[in-house]
Amino acid sequence: MKLLIKQGRVVDPANGIDAVMDILVDNGKIAKVAKSISEKAEVVDARNLIVAPGLIDMHAHLREPGREDKETIATATRAAARGGFTTVLGMPNTNPVIDDQAAVEFVLSKARKEGVVNVYTTGAATKNQQGKELAEMWELRNAGAVAISDDGNTIPTASLMRKVLEYARMYRLPYLSHAEDPALSEGGAMHEGYVSTELGLQGRPSVAEDVIVAREILLAKYTQGRVHFCHGSTQGAVELVKQAKKAGISVTMETCPHYFSLTDEAVRGYNQNAKVSPPLRSKEHVEAIKKGLKDDVIDVIATDHAPHLLVEKYVEFDNAASGMVGLETAVPLVMNNLVHAGVLTISQAIAKMTINPARILGIPKGTLSVGADADITIIDPNREETIDPKQFESKGRNTPFAGMTLKGVPVMTIVAGKAVMRERRVVG
Amino acid sequence: MIPRNYREMFDELNRKNEEFEKILARMKGADELSTKDVLSMDDLTPKDIELIFRITLPFKEFLKRPDKKIPLLKGKSTIQFFFETSTRTRVSFELAGKHLGADTINVGKADSSIGEKGETLNDTALTLDAMRADCIILRHSRAGTPQMIAKEIQAPVINGGDGWHEHPTQTLLDLYTIYEKKGRLKGIEAVIVGDILHSRVAGSLMRGLKKMGVRVRVCGPATLMPCGVEKVFGVKVYHNLDEAIQGVDVAYALRIQAERGATGEIPTVREYSKQYVINERRLKLAKPDAIVMHAGPVIREVDITTQVLEGPQSVVQEQVTNGFAVRLALLSLLVMGKPGGDGKQKTLAEVK
Repeated sequence: MKLLIKQGRVVDPANGIDAVMDILVDNGKIAKVAKSISEKAEVVDARNLIVAPGLIDMHAHLREPGREDKETIATATRAAARGGFTTVLGMPNTNPVIDDQAAVEFVLSKARKEGVVNVYTTGAATKNQQGKELAEMWELRNAGAVAISDDGNTIPTASLMRKVLEYARMYRLPYLSHAEDPALSEGGAMHEGYVSTELGLQGRPSVAEDVIVAREILLAKYTQGRVHFCHGSTQGAVELVKQAKKAGISVTMETCPHYFSLTDEAVRGYNQNAKVSPPLRSKEHVEAIKKGLKDDVIDVIATDHAPHLLVEKYVEFDNAASGMVGLETAVPLVMNNLVHAGVLTISQAIAKMTINPARILGIPKGTLSVGADADITIIDPNREETIDPKQFESKGRNTPFAGMTLKGVPVMTIVAGKAVMRERRVVG
Repeated sequence: MIPRNYREMFDELNRKNEEFEKILARMKGADELSTKDVLSMDDLTPKDIELIFRITLPFKEFLKRPDKKIPLLKGKSTIQFFFETSTRTRVSFELAGKHLGADTINVGKADSSIGEKGETLNDTALTLDAMRADCIILRHSRAGTPQMIAKEIQAPVINGGDGWHEHPTQTLLDLYTIYEKKGRLKGIEAVIVGDILHSRVAGSLMRGLKKMGVRVRVCGPATLMPCGVEKVFGVKVYHNLDEAIQGVDVAYALRIQAERGATGEIPTVREYSKQYVINERRLKLAKPDAIVMHAGPVIREVDITTQVLEGPQSVVQEQVTNGFAVRLALLSLLVMGKPGGDGKQKTLAEVK
């Protein structure tokens, strides 16, 4: 089965391409990329559309096994397809925790059977994510884990963190760090600042993120290990990573759409949908995150897709679960708030969602090179859409973006040469 | 058994209540509160506060009557949800409701499923609305809970204290007490001393005082100050009480909130009390006619020394009486003559 994508604006940062071209897909692979291709194939008219390598979300909570009431691999990957993602990386904080080869194999086999897009998984860094003993990273990697992380649990001591980095380094596994000092943010429900004081909510200070980022950078330097900072949200973190990169230390950084789209003002009215971890920050941090994206200090945009049940979310603000769904809002937020707003070029934005995460994770994805898997995302940069959680494929409806009208939406998602989303609908 | 003059006795009682109602009507005029709920001092305009004061005045006199029953809220019901312990607030709201002839119900944490796993706040709110209560008074350990409930239901909601956030009826009685003692609020100098961070009393008081033109200082250890308190509330921060109390008209002491972890923010209560207790020596640094206030319960010798607490400048007991009068006034303003809820339930989809 052949597919010919004609006259789209092909943006392939890995190959330095940003030009109107045709792409021929054959047998699930990219067969040819050229100015004009004539071939007998199903034709996709991509005029005025952006044709990008399939987007990669390197931070998603798939919830399976254990919390299939919140999300399953089937529903999460449908959400990914609708959101323009061809590859997702699951986080290990499932139940049971993905801390051994059996759990990795379960996720990957489930994904093969029920997944609509490619699924990779992270393994835990410590047994049961308890921050006490190292997890079996060698077996995790052999079973298919591409990174390790204790996810929401910051490794409690510098000495254990050192061991994690030394051990993971042998297998070239990056450590994905949720950098937030648990003692400094204990009991906090939102960013500590003007709004938290006004609302009478206990704050989580930005410095809680900064001190762990600093610790992780120093340990990465000392051990020669690789640290990737998940969902960076503070000015301090951006500055520290910038300095570390300048010093040649092997660190990378991601942020999420909510950290460049919303401030802590979104919490007003005790809006539980704006409760997330790390918390939405104040304006100066949001500006620093945008600057970090622009300057390429921040390498990756990921979603931190975190579906929750209504009963976990619509309770007292302090008791509400943290997190928001993100797979189906990420592309419009990136397009509207970064690309159209002039913060990022289209190439930069696409790089942060394709080749950059692929390189960090060491997976053969994120390009439109001939011979590569034909994972392709087609985006209509000028189409406007109002975010409507009722349309979500995800089981989660917890988003603070409902009702927002954004410009730039994915219109086609192709995985291994097969369209899995057309015109905003998941197919097949 | 029945005295022969019973009709006369009844007439006299009714006359008294009629007179009282007339006074209330005159004090109220055509004014109404600008808000359905009292969740935050931010909900009330200075005009609202003045209206509450005008109604509080006759109720304070009313409380001196031997018969303290006036059925202004007959046929109405108020539900008091107290998910944290309370003496003054709960008792004064309940008594106020009963004096006004309303049916009052108390629900405590042990009796209720609010906040328990499996029920959302919206579900709880819908349940309350279905009871067609005419007023909900809610105290909760988590900030914002009364706000969330109020959004979803038709009956007026009064915040009886939410977490670290606000306790607006306490502030109304405090403002009334200052007004009564000083004859004005504008231009008054006040200092609030102690655990500002964990105090919902301070949260409402700073808002209320600033709204009424009072100049506000806050004084306490840096570890008990909320982030950015100067900017958020427009107050001046002190760490030294001898400086902070200089020349004030009002010295307001807060309690160290051990139950909210305040003792972890200071080395010892002993060291704290040495620096921040309002004693006679310090009180001399204030204006000679300064008043000393406290929301209670007072921890003697830590917040205020016994000599000061029982001395001529303390108005702590009057605050309690005024609290009762203010709550009578507030309930009558919010509930009297208002139609009850129609019990029409919103679905969860409509709510969100």
